Amino acid sequence: MTSERAPVADEQVQGKTLPRKLSDYRFFDDLARQVPAEGVTPYRLNTPLWSDGAEKLRFVYVPPGTQALADGEGLLRFPIGTALIKTFAFGEGAERRLIETRVLLNRPTGWVALPYLWNEEQTEATLAVAGARLPITTPAGEQISYRVPNKNQCKECHGLNDVVVPIGPKARNLSRQWLTGMVRSGRLDAMPDGADVLPVWEERTNAPADLAARAYLEANCAHCHRPGATASNSGLDLRWEQDDPHALGIMKRPVAAGRGAGDLLFDVIPGKPDQSILLYRMESPEPGVAMPELGKSSIDGEGTEAVRRWIEQLPAQ
Amino acid sequence: MWRETICTLALVATASPVLAETIEVPAGEDAQTRLQEALILAEPGDTVQLGAGRFLLTDGLSLDVDGVTLRGAGMDASVLDFTGQKGAGEGLLVTSDEVTLRDFAVENSKGDGIKSKGADNVVYYRVRVTWTGGPKETNGAYGIYPVSSTGVLVDGCKVSGASDAGIYVGQSKAITVRYNYVEQSVAGIEIENSRDALVTDNFVTRNTGGILVFDLPNLPVMGGGNVVVRGNLVVANDTPNFAPPGNIVANVRRGTGVLVMANDNVVIGHNWLVDNPTAQVMVVAYTQPYSDERYNPYPRNVVIEGNHYERGGYDPQIDGAEQLLPMFGGSLPAVMWDGLHDGDTPALLVKPGTPGWSLNLTSQGKGLDAAQPGPLEVGKPAGSFDMSGIGAAPELDERIK
Repeated sequence: MTSERAPVADEQVQGKTLPRKLSDYRFFDDLARQVPAEGVTPYRLNTPLWSDGAEKLRFVYVPPGTQALADGEGLLRFPIGTALIKTFAFGEGAERRLIETRVLLNRPTGWVALPYLWNEEQTEATLAVAGARLPITTPAGEQISYRVPNKNQCKECHGLNDVVVPIGPKARNLSRQWLTGMVRSGRLDAMPDGADVLPVWEERTNAPADLAARAYLEANCAHCHRPGATASNSGLDLRWEQDDPHALGIMKRPVAAGRGAGDLLFDVIPGKPDQSILLYRMESPEPGVAMPELGKSSIDGEGTEAVRRWIEQLPAQ
Repeated sequence: MWRETICTLALVATASPVLAETIEVPAGEDAQTRLQEALILAEPGDTVQLGAGRFLLTDGLSLDVDGVTLRGAGMDASVLDFTGQKGAGEGLLVTSDEVTLRDFAVENSKGDGIKSKGADNVVYYRVRVTWTGGPKETNGAYGIYPVSSTGVLVDGCKVSGASDAGIYVGQSKAITVRYNYVEQSVAGIEIENSRDALVTDNFVTRNTGGILVFDLPNLPVMGGGNVVVRGNLVVANDTPNFAPPGNIVANVRRGTGVLVMANDNVVIGHNWLVDNPTAQVMVVAYTQPYSDERYNPYPRNVVIEGNHYERGGYDPQIDGAEQLLPMFGGSLPAVMWDGLHDGDTPALLVKPGTPGWSLNLTSQGKGLDAAQPGPLEVGKPAGSFDMSGIGAAPELDERIK
């Protein structure tokens, strides 16, 4: 708030240091109210990652004079100097509290992921490389111990073939309307082919059960459960584009699930959600069993329901 | 600059004339944040030195910097205590190369104890992983868990209570597992979908199965083989199987000494196999139906020679044991084979005079219903085994000298 209307601090985004404060970047004209600065554009994903029901404020910053490149239905190819900013909030209206802001910076040496923890006064967020825990009441009314990930845990989800990459802004999970705006403003070179394919989560009941569930698995699981990522050794590949039933877990036996498998034998048994390890782990709050392993301290009722409906209607093998 | 700031603020940094630093992290208040910060801010070549005492942790720890040593004051002195863990799938996760972990303990992690994934040339030395409540299904799966790595040395470690394998090396190559003690786990030591592994001079006891060498279908890395299991004490592995049913090790019979499933070129030699009540050595094909065309479910060229067998097969956990035991004079012979093999390639080659028997199954993945037990009739080993390229590279030894 001390530097209203100043341009985004490109030297902080692209530099080698780990800025201590979120305000150092000048991404916001009004930090506390999350009013973005010039060049910082809010966006949403059709089907987002669920994080204990947190409200998420997403922004993308592409430096002046540069633009992102369309690359089919996949991730937009962002130029050096890009920042993806995501603030996590709980509570409505005047009760809303900002908890953490995660930034993903595209530096000349590669993407860097950093977590910032908001202060009690809600005036600033400070770098917390080791993460944190704090008590939160979720929108579902549950009291949880909310986990702010540490810097390494950022990479557990954002790591692909040993480098950090963005996860969310894939053309297939972004609205055509938003992408059009980005093209018009010159921040994106062209409308990507295959944009806006994943269903909008709030309208999922209008979508076929398999698309809603597959979109959820893509957004919530596939950053680890895919080749080259953290859970690659499981052999489970939950990406949207995967069409091999076995890779998707259908009649696939677990590999190293340990007690995460419960008493169950297969990841997904068509027609039998309660005998499917995938759903069992989604429905567990217990560390060592719960999936996703990070960023979840409670159960996503909507997500588990979508996956349940998908498994119920899968044809028997 | 940031690094120096943190060091003066939160950690005790020991000045050193060389670039590598030792970052000391004492036990005590706020261990989670202090230790995790040290692991994040360490630079290649640094040592993060744990003080003596108990580190009470609420979340998984992780290390993603190459060439770091995490060292404690001894496996009974520096304890990372995860009894109060609230998140993450393991106690400590390592994702960088050339890391050395030594002289500390991990207790009661909710998932695996220590996992290193895609972490080449990792050394685990005198590390202890314990679930202190004894064998329980609710214990974490693996104690020491290197996976998807080239270059693994696990030496002098101690694991107790893993609900899957105490020491599990998966989808890796150039591996040495030696001088370890594993007890009260479902599997003592497991080498899975891995190549060029030496498992030697370990003591595995009171597990469900002592040492397992597996190759499974549908994994990113397959084609396990070139595994030498030599000079181990495999004694009294008689703990009832407590693995959750969905896991492959849930099928391991209580009282199995060494079990080879699929794989090519395996040597089981010069081990002491004592008091394993189902079988001292078991060699079988993959037991389930599968559809992965890249996969060979049969054991090939498994050499069994020079082992010492004492008191085995007297209480086998095998259907029809009551009928089988009298057939073989009260206890089953030391070596059990399911009878399945890959065409003309011998499944196993056994030193003449070794007591053995075969189930004489005729088709893979169809269960044991068709078993027609009979004596073991297989060829003998052809001669010396080529040890070149087996085991971790000598550079890994240098780090613990």
